[in-house]
Amino acid sequence: MYTITAASALAENVYEAWISAPHVSRHAEAGQFLVLRIDETGERIPLTISGVDGDLVRIIFMTVGTTTRKLAALKKGDTILDVVGPLGQPTEVKRYGTCVLVGGGVGIACLPIIAKALKTAGNTVIGIIGARNKDLLILEDEMQSVCDELIITTDDGSYGIKGFAAGPLKEICETRPPDAVWVIGPAIMMKVTSGVTKPFGIRTFVSLNPIMVDGTGMCGSCRVVVGGETRFACVDGPEFDAHEVNFDLLMSRQRFYTDEEKESAAHHTGGCGCGGHH
Amino acid sequence: MSDRPADLRVHDFEEVDSGIPAEEAIAEAARCLQCKKPACVDGCPVGIDIPGFIRCIEDGDFRSAIGIIKESNMLPAVCGRVCPQEVQCEGECILGVKDKPIAIGSLERFLADWERENGIEIPELAEKRSERIAVVGSGPAGLTAAAELARNGFSVTIFEAFHEPGGVLTYGIPEFRLPKEVVQAEISEVKRLGVEIRTNYLVGRSLPVEELLSYDAIILATGAGLPAFMGIPGENQIGVYSANEFLTRVNLLHADAFPHHDTPVKKGRSVVVIGGGNVAMDAARVAKRMGADVTLVYRRRREDMPARLVEAHHAEEEGIRFLCCTNPTRILGEGTVTGVEVVSMDMCELDDSGRPSAKPIPGSEYIIPADVVIEAIGQSPNPLLIRMIEGLVREKKGNLLVDESGKTTVPKIYAAGDVATGAATVILAMGAAKTAADAVCRMLTEE
Ligand SMILES: Cc1cc2nc3c(=O)[nH]c(=O)nc-3n(C[C@H](O)[C@H](O)[C@H](O)COP(=O)(O)OP(=O)(O)OC[C@H]3O[C@@H](n4cnc5c(N)ncnc54)[C@H](O)[C@@H]3O)c2cc1C
Ligand SMILES: Cc1cc2nc3c(=O)[nH]c(=O)nc-3n(C[C@H](O)[C@H](O)[C@H](O)COP(=O)(O)OP(=O)(O)OC[C@H]3O[C@@H](n4cnc5c(N)ncnc54)[C@H](O)[C@@H]3O)c2cc1C
Ligand code: SF4
Ligand code: SF4
Ligand code: FES
Ligand SMILES: [Mg+2]
Repeated sequence: MYTITAASALAENVYEAWISAPHVSRHAEAGQFLVLRIDETGERIPLTISGVDGDLVRIIFMTVGTTTRKLAALKKGDTILDVVGPLGQPTEVKRYGTCVLVGGGVGIACLPIIAKALKTAGNTVIGIIGARNKDLLILEDEMQSVCDELIITTDDGSYGIKGFAAGPLKEICETRPPDAVWVIGPAIMMKVTSGVTKPFGIRTFVSLNPIMVDGTGMCGSCRVVVGGETRFACVDGPEFDAHEVNFDLLMSRQRFYTDEEKESAAHHTGGCGCGGHH
Repeated sequence: MSDRPADLRVHDFEEVDSGIPAEEAIAEAARCLQCKKPACVDGCPVGIDIPGFIRCIEDGDFRSAIGIIKESNMLPAVCGRVCPQEVQCEGECILGVKDKPIAIGSLERFLADWERENGIEIPELAEKRSERIAVVGSGPAGLTAAAELARNGFSVTIFEAFHEPGGVLTYGIPEFRLPKEVVQAEISEVKRLGVEIRTNYLVGRSLPVEELLSYDAIILATGAGLPAFMGIPGENQIGVYSANEFLTRVNLLHADAFPHHDTPVKKGRSVVVIGGGNVAMDAARVAKRMGADVTLVYRRRREDMPARLVEAHHAEEEGIRFLCCTNPTRILGEGTVTGVEVVSMDMCELDDSGRPSAKPIPGSEYIIPADVVIEAIGQSPNPLLIRMIEGLVREKKGNLLVDESGKTTVPKIYAAGDVATGAATVILAMGAAKTAADAVCRMLTEE
């Protein structure tokens, strides 16, 4: 059992929680994730480790279905039955020169820990964080504190530059090409945004989020195709060379359980008439 | 054996074979010839004194009988149920030449179940010692090694990546063959010996290699969990599973009870399972129990299937269609599976395994409609931890290189079970674990 020591809402449908899990926190590195299972009837879901403080790890998640909703309902003092991690290959941290970190929506959660590691390794770090509107933007202050420069975009122009993060990224590539780029967010955003750096031949990483079960390489649920080869994202990734990733396959596989997810949501929110009470 | 009728059991996950009552066990024991040179014992990989325990059954002394088994086998309730007896103990039994061999597996299971109901005796523990031993993995190999070492007084910790211990016994072999209650009982017994089991610990990550190496001895029992895929076109589509994933979702995470349990699985209307081993049989029978029409595709002949005889027999009884001498060539669909193209196979000259090798017959391709495809074509050791430990040598299929005592190429590190042999059997994993535990004991006490 792992105790939640703090929980709060960061934006509409986006929540943050700190969990006491020393076996995860003590060895976690930038870019890694954990897998948790809330209770006996729960499923296993992967979430990025978005911060570490002593024995505590932080998760930041968007409520999109049954498990994230259950998670959002947990408060300080509540427990989570299972947490395993840190999982996946850490971010390839080294001295690149100038790095641009682009985050979209809840994908921003992954950035501060990577930014910090890259800073410590001697890089200049430029952050670009984007959201649909001002109210959905998360971690602005934290990113401000770990980046040398921070650019903000909103789709509707309610804050920062109006438009997608791809805009400022393209401009940077044209005017002062960086040495490495990370793009983390929804699959479609990663596909489009990482496409920007391709003509410039800039090394670009994305963090893939296929459906996972164990997170340890024993099921193959997380398989993705990178450079024409099938890889298991949980052990070979989650970060891969953006320009080699088959994003269409990723997006297709993310829809594996669309019907079941609807059924589960209905079951838990009372769509079945039981009020989620069985 | 007393199997529940096939038409009943395909609707639930309760055990297929409900075991035999005491009178039947005694009657069966009375058939044993008590051979002077018992061939059955040669067939048992851990050399259980089979006539010895059978004589005790005949005398009605079940307590002594189970004691004899446990001298060589820590998990009799498991082995009695899942050992491929027909090629081991029972395959060698002299009575099998003319008549039916003694049902050794059933007798072993009977005793283990009897003991669980009548109280398990905890063996005496040796005096506590100061050495700490890490066992990685809690499958049959890890549990056996840990129990053996704990009995010898060592302080033993098992690290398990999953949230529940048991390895394949928990996530792979389904309830209807091996009730989880039985597995739990065996695990509690190991805990009662003082073994600590830390779940949610992926060694190499949650426990870094430097910390692992700080133990006085290490036993790697990480199994062969890495699933192989065929590498044919279309296999990354929605609806294609490795057997590992499919079985884990159901056995470990109870996807059969979705949406009451949150883990989903595609139940499928027409399921095609690829393979002919125990894993394929289990996947097929699980799919059947969730309501699908199931076809099993195997590239060699029926008699070449590596599955336990009784499992293949049970699968057929349950209405699973076997298509032998047939191999998939591609999986059809536009993102979601709609069918499997297969080709008929011609049996040719024998290969290294003594089975005929199979060659596709050109032009014999045809399509089987399917909405779920499960590949059960083999597993190899998960390289995650092995790659992190400097000096470990792996053989061709990724199996760890060990000597006859289970010693790896790195000092203090031993390995047992599927990680060293490749996917094998429960009893072989346990036998190897016992050998490795004995070697560790010698290493630490003779220093
Ligand atoms: C390495 C990794 C890191 C991730 N980090 C974060 C994070 O930091 N914050 C965050 O909000 N989300 C993160 N995700 C996605 C997160 O796991 C899913 O949003 C979550 O599992 C949804 O579960 P649900 O039951 O609430 O929703 P559901 O209704 O079950 O699913 C909604 C969608 O989420 C995806 N999903 C469902 N189950 C899984 C699963 N087992 N594994 C992966 N994706 C799944 C599917 O695409 C699905 O369509 C990460 C995913 C991966 C692979
Ligand atoms: C579906 C199926 C059916 C089978 N049916 C039969 C049968 O009928 N009869 C028979 O004799 N055999 C059968 N087998 C084979 C048998 O189960 C295996 O040979 C046996 O379980 C091997 O035992 P093991 O302890 O070596 O490994 P496993 O049982 O695989 O256990 C290994 C454990 O190690 C854990 N692990 C791996 N890496 C790490 C790490 N880095 N850190 C922490 N933990 C880790 C895994 O999570 C797992 O729990 C079957 C196998 C399967 C998959
Ligand atoms: S352990 Fe297996 S092979 Fe040995 S006697 Fe028991 S059932 Fe037979
Ligand atoms: S070979 Fe058969 S008959 Fe002979 S001792 Fe063994 S079980 Fe009994
Ligand atoms: S999640 Fe199972 S192999 Fe990656
Ligand atoms: Mg879900």
